[in-house]
Amino acid sequence: MANVVEMKNITKVFPGVVANNNVNFALEKGEIHVLLGENGAGKTTLMNQLYGLYEPTSGEIYINGKLTKIKDPNVAISMGIGMVHQHFMLVEPFTVAENIVLGSEPSRSGGLKLDMDKAIKDVEEISAKYGLKVDPNVKVQDISVGMQQRVEILKALYRGADILILDEPTAVLTPQEIDELGKILRNLTGQGKSIILITHKLKEVMAMSDRVTVIRRGEKIETLKNENTNTDELAEIMVGRKVNLVVEKDDKVAGDVVMSVKDLQAVDNRGIPALKGVSFDVRAGEIFAVAGVDGNGQSELVEVITGLRKSTGGSITLLGKDITNRPTSDVIDAGVSHIPEDRHKRGLVLQHSLAENSVLGSHKKAPFSKSGVLDYPKIHEFCLGLIDEFDVRTPNEKVAAKSLSGGNQQKLIVARELSRNPELLIASQPTRGVDVGAIEFIHKRLVAERDKNKAVLLVSLELDEVMALADRIAVVYDGQIVGVVNGKDATEKELGIMMAGGSQKKQ
Amino acid sequence: MSKKIISLLLVAMMVMAMFAGCSKPAAEPATEPAAEPAAEATTEDATAEEAPAEDTAKVDMVMGMITDTGGLGDQSFNDSGWMGLERLEAEYGIERKVLESESADDYGPNLTSFAEAEVDIVYGVGFLFNESMAAAAAQFPNQKFAIIDSVVEADNVASITFAENEGSFLVGVIAGMTTETNKVGFIGGMKFPLIEKFEYGFKAGVKAANPDAEVISNYADSFEDAAKGKEIATVQHQQGADVIFHAAGGVGIGLIQAAEEQGFWAIGVDQDQSHISPERVLCSMIKRVDEGVYQVGQSVIDGNFEGGVHLFSIANEGVGYSDNAGNLTEEQVAAAEKWKAAIATGAFVVPQTEAEFNAFEVPEI
Amino acid sequence: MKKKINYLLENVKYPLLAIALAFLIGSIFVILTDNSPIVAYSALLDGSLGNIPKFGETLLKTTPLIMTGLAVAFAFRSGLFNIGGEGQYLVGAISTVTAAWVLQDLPGFILIPIILLAGAFGGAIWGGVPGFLKAKLGVHEVIVSIMLNYIALFLTNFLVRVTLNPSTLQGTEQKAYSVMIPEHARLLKFNEFMPVFGYSSLHVGILIAIACAVGIWFLLFKTTIGYEIRSVGHNPYASEYGGISISKNIILSMMISGGLAGLGGAMTIAGLTFKVDQSSGLPGYGFTGIAVALVGKNHPLGVLASALLFGIMSNGSRKMQFEGIPKEVVGIIQGIIIIFIAGEAMLKFMTTRKKKEEKGEVA
Repeated sequence: MANVVEMKNITKVFPGVVANNNVNFALEKGEIHVLLGENGAGKTTLMNQLYGLYEPTSGEIYINGKLTKIKDPNVAISMGIGMVHQHFMLVEPFTVAENIVLGSEPSRSGGLKLDMDKAIKDVEEISAKYGLKVDPNVKVQDISVGMQQRVEILKALYRGADILILDEPTAVLTPQEIDELGKILRNLTGQGKSIILITHKLKEVMAMSDRVTVIRRGEKIETLKNENTNTDELAEIMVGRKVNLVVEKDDKVAGDVVMSVKDLQAVDNRGIPALKGVSFDVRAGEIFAVAGVDGNGQSELVEVITGLRKSTGGSITLLGKDITNRPTSDVIDAGVSHIPEDRHKRGLVLQHSLAENSVLGSHKKAPFSKSGVLDYPKIHEFCLGLIDEFDVRTPNEKVAAKSLSGGNQQKLIVARELSRNPELLIASQPTRGVDVGAIEFIHKRLVAERDKNKAVLLVSLELDEVMALADRIAVVYDGQIVGVVNGKDATEKELGIMMAGGSQKKQ
Repeated sequence: MSKKIISLLLVAMMVMAMFAGCSKPAAEPATEPAAEPAAEATTEDATAEEAPAEDTAKVDMVMGMITDTGGLGDQSFNDSGWMGLERLEAEYGIERKVLESESADDYGPNLTSFAEAEVDIVYGVGFLFNESMAAAAAQFPNQKFAIIDSVVEADNVASITFAENEGSFLVGVIAGMTTETNKVGFIGGMKFPLIEKFEYGFKAGVKAANPDAEVISNYADSFEDAAKGKEIATVQHQQGADVIFHAAGGVGIGLIQAAEEQGFWAIGVDQDQSHISPERVLCSMIKRVDEGVYQVGQSVIDGNFEGGVHLFSIANEGVGYSDNAGNLTEEQVAAAEKWKAAIATGAFVVPQTEAEFNAFEVPEI
Repeated sequence: MKKKINYLLENVKYPLLAIALAFLIGSIFVILTDNSPIVAYSALLDGSLGNIPKFGETLLKTTPLIMTGLAVAFAFRSGLFNIGGEGQYLVGAISTVTAAWVLQDLPGFILIPIILLAGAFGGAIWGGVPGFLKAKLGVHEVIVSIMLNYIALFLTNFLVRVTLNPSTLQGTEQKAYSVMIPEHARLLKFNEFMPVFGYSSLHVGILIAIACAVGIWFLLFKTTIGYEIRSVGHNPYASEYGGISISKNIILSMMISGGLAGLGGAMTIAGLTFKVDQSSGLPGYGFTGIAVALVGKNHPLGVLASALLFGIMSNGSRKMQFEGIPKEVVGIIQGIIIIFIAGEAMLKFMTTRKKKEEKGEVA
């Protein structure tokens, strides 16, 4: 088959960093080609050069066999290349149709008036053609993330893309939506489109791709055919060493109750009840997991416990002390550490240095400050210790947190939270958007806390993670706990039914 | 994000404000020629005999003037003072320099800057210079100073003051005769004694000509805000006033605009303002800041500069009224001239404060 | 060390370029007014830096700008836009006069610190109001602080005309300014202990302002308060997560910001004017402070440099006016500098783009 894209000897140098080193990459017509690599390996950089966001320092790009200089995305679009970014670029208050035609709007009256009727018709046509069902008239802010992704794909197709680049498309999707996406992509290749998928999730690679190119630290390692490989092999190539995908964990008898939650109630940002009387205990030396489909009150639960949200009823007791509706600083002082679900929103002040981030929450305590004055030498020393112990890949502790890759940012957060030696560790989606190496590391650390006889509250949307780590699993549905099962005895099917709201007993 | 937009907008606003600021001097030449003939028309007879018709040899002197925060282009007393120096420049060939004050705390430093440059005399336009000029006069005892509208007791300061109440009285008489609704308006800049002299002199004049007429009096708390002037004038007009006098600098521009749009009479102040709207400016109360500046400057040239109070009143043509547009009837002019003569001879004293006004009985003339 | 110098260069490169460009473009306007740019700019420099008294007058102009610039920069650091510097400055000024009148019997060495603190306190209250409303009710600080500017102006005028007028307090005739603060409450002038400053009215306020800049730098970058304020400014959610109270820090930061502007007003009263004038317009220092902060990149030490630049232009413009150049030309140059600084991203983009192309050619 003919190569629609061929990137030859691509090297991209940023000041101080070689992001791509002599990378070769080819995309055949009609295939789904996965670009696999850990966070920060240089996958997105490579594709940004294909899309014209960066120019290669050296190397050549051939589109349909022709040497092409892609100076900016307009050139890329005119060459039939479309890109769906990890963070969607949609105008939220606009409708689906308005977003899709944005930038190439059909117009009336000599280009002065947007022809909305034609836009809607166009969108309906194109969505029918590729089997991507959307309602052109709803506003983007009112549709689900999966739907928004379809809009992004349609936007690219509307501009005539034959080559689609999708950057981490599954990071934001639910399992069902991931399956749906797989079907959509197959349908597109069936109609002659060629697709590049950037990801670091091995399961999806196996499920979706025709071929896989693995990139590690800016260099291309290997290109493999899907049927000739498996997840273990891919993981090894990607990380560069043998990876243990199974969490090893000894049996352990749980100790005393560390945190007791009783009949907890709270409302969400819109004022709608999100927690409708939740009760559970977390004991010393156990990992207590809260599983469930996103949006069933998990976020609110964690926020209420950590003092970020006021409860409207019920109580939380930590080691016999009532911490209900206490300010966050009190909760931290009481011995709670918290790995937040969104590291960019909550976990880090991205503009601050790693050192400053490493003391967020303990900045008022010795040895980091004395009578209100920060002791920067001590803070830097402390941060260097964390970087070393938790293998955070960074030039030094002075760089801004935003310059780190997602996995390394997450490691820094985990390092900071564990360094406080908490009585209770709340880990909310601790491995979201994190590469395999970091997942393995973080899982080991969570188990280590449990083995140190600390209490761990794990909140995760990923069933695999919950089942691998938890000693007990509580499933939430619609703001209530549907049931609690032992981690060892739990089956995926059983949990799945509970997650959909069905009670275990009714089964 | 929204913060960024706001800050950008603000920057844009500030930049525009700065450009708007620069448009001032551009507007100046446009208005000055219009104002000049007016001034000269009224000055001619007043200064004809005083002006030394001597040698036109250049006098090697530098005279400095400091404006208040209104700056040049205020079409009011800063411009009027500057015009006085212009006459000195034209007639004696002196060099004139100006410093415009950005804020009240510039007055002191501006005075010292001129004093340090050793100019022959420094004018401070406005009574707000009072304290800082007293300090500067003490600091530079050999420097000659002059202050407008205020009294500084120092040998090296000439205090140029005006009998605003007298001039206002005359336009009050005219307003009282003109009004058909028996309601006239007064707009003051800010309520302090100087402006109250206008107010009560005006009220006394109205009372003298038309005892039944009522004066609606408001203060704009500004000497610059033309929009506010328009707003107040509109309200006064709605309350029935059909002749409105102002003593409010740039605020008065708004009054004249309102008069033009809504069709009532405005009375100008300081200079003849009929050039702004010949149809709607009935007449103007004249306060000859230029004359004060000119005469004191002349004394410097002649070497007989004296400190102390230099009062400019009706008696020495320092204040008065003018009607360049010819809107006044003969009857009105006759009445105004009658009162003018009476004041000039000292037949009665025009009130200048509320207390004096309350005690004021209209004399038989 | 070399790294630090490079870092510094990197940070001042664009402002300096912007200033140079602004002067270049400004010279067009000078030519348009029939003057020579050389005369204009040498007048500007001579008028502001020509001798020690002139430099003194420049520093005098710089003093309040440092304070309002710091006020804006500090609030910016916590993610707030304090546009109320005008009002805070005025309230600071009027508080100073009030305190000096009420406590006039105290000896100078106690009275001076007290009246300055009174000014800072007044400004802090005036800045704290928008902070409080923002923190507790979510009202945008820009709206509240800009409205408070006018409330401050009219309140000040009222107090000057009635309560604090010499006619009320000292039985004189009605004046258009407040009572003067007593002699022993006034700040020391430089020419009293350094005669080289000659006629300049420069007072020790400039030293206080510099100390404030250093103090604010220390507060922002070396203390837990500054750490919390910067965190809230960059990411309120993460700050909340780290146990930092957002509302407390918003209020605190607006109060400190207002206090700085208020102290600026207080020092002008105690060092230069000794009274508050009735005024028909805002003093302008608060708004110029926004520009000062912007040019100074919201860094306390950058504010020092940028306030000096504005002081030089403001004082030098006197000499330019002597030479017959309208003071508006200086306004234009200031405006252009601000545009360029604000458009720094654009400027950076243009220069890096060029570099990139050059590199591309080499490769």
